[in-house]
Amino acid sequence: MIEFKNVSKVYEDGTKAVDDISLTINEGEFVVLIGTSGSGKTTTMRMINRMIDSTSGEISIDGTNIKDENAVELRRRIGYVIQQTGLMPHMTVYENIVMVPKLLKWEKEKMRETAERLLDRVDMGTEFLDRYPQELSGGQQQRIGVIRALAANQDIILMDEPFGALDPITRDALQELVKHLQEEMGRTVVFVTHDMDEALKLADKIAIMSEGKIIQYDTPDNILANPANEFVESFLGEDRLQQRSTMQTVDQVMVKKPITVTQDTTLGDAIRVMRDNRVDTLFVTDSDYVLQGVVDFEAINKNRQKAMTVQEIMKYVYYVKSGTLLSSVADKMLKRGYKNIPVVNEDGILEGLVTRASLVDIVYDTIWGDDEEVESIPLEKTELKETE
Amino acid sequence: MVEFFNNYGSQMMRLIWEHLYISMVALGLGVVVAVPLGILLTRTEKLATGFIGVASILQTIPSLALLALMIPIFGIGRFPAIIALFIYSLLPILRNTYTGMRKVNPDLVDAARGMGMTEFQLIKKVELPQAAPVIMAGIRLSGTYVIAWAALASYIGAGGLGDFIFNGLNLYIPELIIGGTIPVTILALLVDFVLGQVEKKVTPRNQITE
Repeated sequence: MIEFKNVSKVYEDGTKAVDDISLTINEGEFVVLIGTSGSGKTTTMRMINRMIDSTSGEISIDGTNIKDENAVELRRRIGYVIQQTGLMPHMTVYENIVMVPKLLKWEKEKMRETAERLLDRVDMGTEFLDRYPQELSGGQQQRIGVIRALAANQDIILMDEPFGALDPITRDALQELVKHLQEEMGRTVVFVTHDMDEALKLADKIAIMSEGKIIQYDTPDNILANPANEFVESFLGEDRLQQRSTMQTVDQVMVKKPITVTQDTTLGDAIRVMRDNRVDTLFVTDSDYVLQGVVDFEAINKNRQKAMTVQEIMKYVYYVKSGTLLSSVADKMLKRGYKNIPVVNEDGILEGLVTRASLVDIVYDTIWGDDEEVESIPLEKTELKETE
Repeated sequence: MVEFFNNYGSQMMRLIWEHLYISMVALGLGVVVAVPLGILLTRTEKLATGFIGVASILQTIPSLALLALMIPIFGIGRFPAIIALFIYSLLPILRNTYTGMRKVNPDLVDAARGMGMTEFQLIKKVELPQAAPVIMAGIRLSGTYVIAWAALASYIGAGGLGDFIFNGLNLYIPELIIGGTIPVTILALLVDFVLGQVEKKVTPRNQITE
């Protein structure tokens, strides 16, 4: 885990490159720092391996302040990929891949084996080992750049606009590859870019930066759904925001605080709750508000003469976790004919309810919602003839 | 021609040896001092302009004057001549080392440092190999200069092929002047050729075509 606590970088001439940021990057996360040039994203990244030292605040990796560590040793356990590949032109592909293992004085066989294995992972044959970087295409060069950062089993990898200089097709392929490698190997990646498409494609979490500050730090879905401010909106751009209805999550449309009863409520009390709230279904939770099941009016009606609690007659219920994309929920509701689906958080606590009415709202919004040109048609009313 | 070699042949061999000896010791000292100094200057930018400025000024002193200046300090003979030639060899090597090191692609330096090379490893494994062609060009230049100027060293009693040239001048024997000049030229070309081979050797394979 990488933790930034109130970290700032102020240069001698007074410019604040990074201004009091706090950020937590969990193990195995793919975090993208995005911003315009001068937003402090690269500085933030380079502070992690101490290529730039922070002027105040604390950066720790797995609880250890990085300033207590030798900078050279720290860098050897953090992978580093830069845009212009930084491959050594006077070294062969093999020598480039095993640069860090060599600094760490690995044995020859182990280095050879690692280089061959990694080369295979990026679909390049061992015949490349003895070539020089200039003999490779740009895409191949950056593949080597990427596996060089993995060669010493670094669990953190820093990437500074690694695909910025590549053509779109090559870039696409390398993005796939990096995402794939990261997921498979479970490495933590901190990735700097100014390309929002790239960020949305790769990131588990995106930190949007401007003028040295983090404006918003969240998952791509959440950022698209709830841009923190106008700056983020403009950064995302119109097109992406237009698409967001398909990106919407259940949290945004659900009815909050649906009517519930606890398991030990008597049927008599339950029917009173139904009447008071004008509903025909009640969700049953335990005392901690954890969803247990559902009771409906028919079930209560059948058993109304008996002295029972709702626990004895409740039925199981399908639910979704908060954060689920609305599109997949809508699909289930429409195909399976559910009237509604409860939404629970990670602890199983009931948070809300997606109803068919919520779906209607969405459909209405997509069709008419943002279109200001539709004039409201004046409604005509029937004229009632006066009766004498 | 045959007569010339009969009269002066053995003497010439001795003078060639002396000439080569003075020049190569001076050049060797120059390399030993100027290359590390040039590297050091890339680490202390503030000192760099000052040092290179001083070296440039030393370079402008007329060679004969510099040799003459050595006499009150070091007397006459080989030693002062070597010192004077050494001073001359400094600037091209120093300047080329400095610019060669600075010209190394900053991305390579950044990548090497970012991957955890120490400053020494960075110089040895990245900067020096990358700067080698430029540094060698400086050494070659100094090499030919030093051979040529070593001819003047005989003026302060250091020997070398300059003896032939000065004697030829004083006694008006053109054969001697030519017999001194041609070997100097050949020596200079030879040294340049040898250093060229060294340059090829230390230049990373992929950069030769550059």
